[in-house]
Amino acid sequence: MDTRHPQSLPDGSPLVRFADVTKSYGDLTVLDKLNLDIAQNEMVSIIGPSGSGKTTVLRVLMTLETINDGVIYVDGEPLTHMPSGAGLEVASESYLRQRRSKIGMVFQQFNLFPHMTALQNCIEAPMQVLGLSRDEAEERALDLLQMVGMDSKKDQHPTRLSGGQQQRVAIARALAMRPQVMLLDEVTSALDPEVIGEVLNVIRSLNSEHNLTMIMVTHQMGFAREISDRVCFFYEGKIAEQGSPEKLFEDPQNERTKQFLHAVLDAN
Amino acid sequence: MALRSCLIPFLQQLGDDVSYWGFFVEYAPKMASGAMTTAMVMGCSALLAAVISLIFGLMRLSQNWGVQAAATVYIEFFRGTSLLVQLYWIYYVLPLMGLTLSPFMSGVLALGLNFGAYGAEIVRGGVQSVPRGQWEAALALNMSPAQRMRRIIVPQTFTLILPPMANLTVELLKATALVALITVVDLMFVAKQINATTWLSAQVFGTALIIYYIMARFALIPFLRWLEVLAARKVGKA
Repeated sequence: MDTRHPQSLPDGSPLVRFADVTKSYGDLTVLDKLNLDIAQNEMVSIIGPSGSGKTTVLRVLMTLETINDGVIYVDGEPLTHMPSGAGLEVASESYLRQRRSKIGMVFQQFNLFPHMTALQNCIEAPMQVLGLSRDEAEERALDLLQMVGMDSKKDQHPTRLSGGQQQRVAIARALAMRPQVMLLDEVTSALDPEVIGEVLNVIRSLNSEHNLTMIMVTHQMGFAREISDRVCFFYEGKIAEQGSPEKLFEDPQNERTKQFLHAVLDAN
Repeated sequence: MALRSCLIPFLQQLGDDVSYWGFFVEYAPKMASGAMTTAMVMGCSALLAAVISLIFGLMRLSQNWGVQAAATVYIEFFRGTSLLVQLYWIYYVLPLMGLTLSPFMSGVLALGLNFGAYGAEIVRGGVQSVPRGQWEAALALNMSPAQRMRRIIVPQTFTLILPPMANLTVELLKATALVALITVVDLMFVAKQINATTWLSAQVFGTALIIYYIMARFALIPFLRWLEVLAARKVGKA
């Protein structure tokens, strides 16, 4: 799996950059002046106790939530702000949509559209947003459904699919938009133990066969360790410690990391 | 006891004056044509109410302060005042302002506006009860706000709002009897006419009740049930 190394963009800038990003709800600060760079093709896992801001990192990057301060850059350009004269102003909807097209997300609860079949879920946005013809969109969707092993269920509605199957369709749906960055938000947390493996296998193959930058929030420590280029441990809205999986899991330096890993690994 | 004391005069009249069968043969055609008008009023005003419900229900959810306020004022007014007074306003007062509508049009408009206000609140509730994750998934796929609403949210709203909407439609059918008061020749109007000439009140209004019941129970409700099944099938639930 090491045929692939994280690379910077030609100009040396990271694909995603959080620069002093702050997000708070009233008095509660969820992200506290967060700085985080993610290189192209990098697979980054985010771990940490609940309430540490892990999921919020993904949500603000997907523009599901606004940030209170700082700037997020994607592919060298600001995501939530747009250039205006010498400075930046809050991005308009059309600017946001243009930047957002580089990002895809898979959710903990799958969030498939219940009124559409698996195939329709995967062709809806490519047709509506990218303007693909039905034939083009279906060809693309069928390839992806085959990749996630769901082509035989393409005409089923989500209610007829298991959690693992729904999540695999959701991964295909996100990929159909050809994002550069995939955000995986606790994608196995809502699944029964026996189907977690099938979803992890899909992510493994994505990681090894596709040039995709991935940011994954997870509680699956073993999987994070196996697949990541880098693991970030979040604590109270900041990165308390980060490093290669070997380093972070075997020789953590930060007291909080040690406590967290102890607690989590003991539970397993 | 109460039921018996209601029924006795009815049964006595059936026995005494004229056989019910005789009454039925003579007046059934007239009442049937009144019932047809009732069905027309009901159909047109249900359609109008449905369109208004959707428009004003979505307006209530608008980010735009003015749009939201306009919808709120409309809903408050038509839910907060009497349907009968609204009906009289449209039929008797609007002409004073230079707008004269036929009795039929006035009736359909009053019913549509009134029930549309109730329906708008059902639509608003329906849209709000589509899980948040659906909005987020549509946004993550970079769909525009209009695409999210039209392609993802509204289609899912239908299955949620159909049962309360069906209830409201049955209410609407029964409320159409009010249009008799502005001279629309519907089932109630015909019944009153026959009553005025024959004084066979028990037969006339008894028959009218039964016709309303049959229309609701054996035509409208099965139709609405069928719509619910159709909608459920659309989301793969049936």
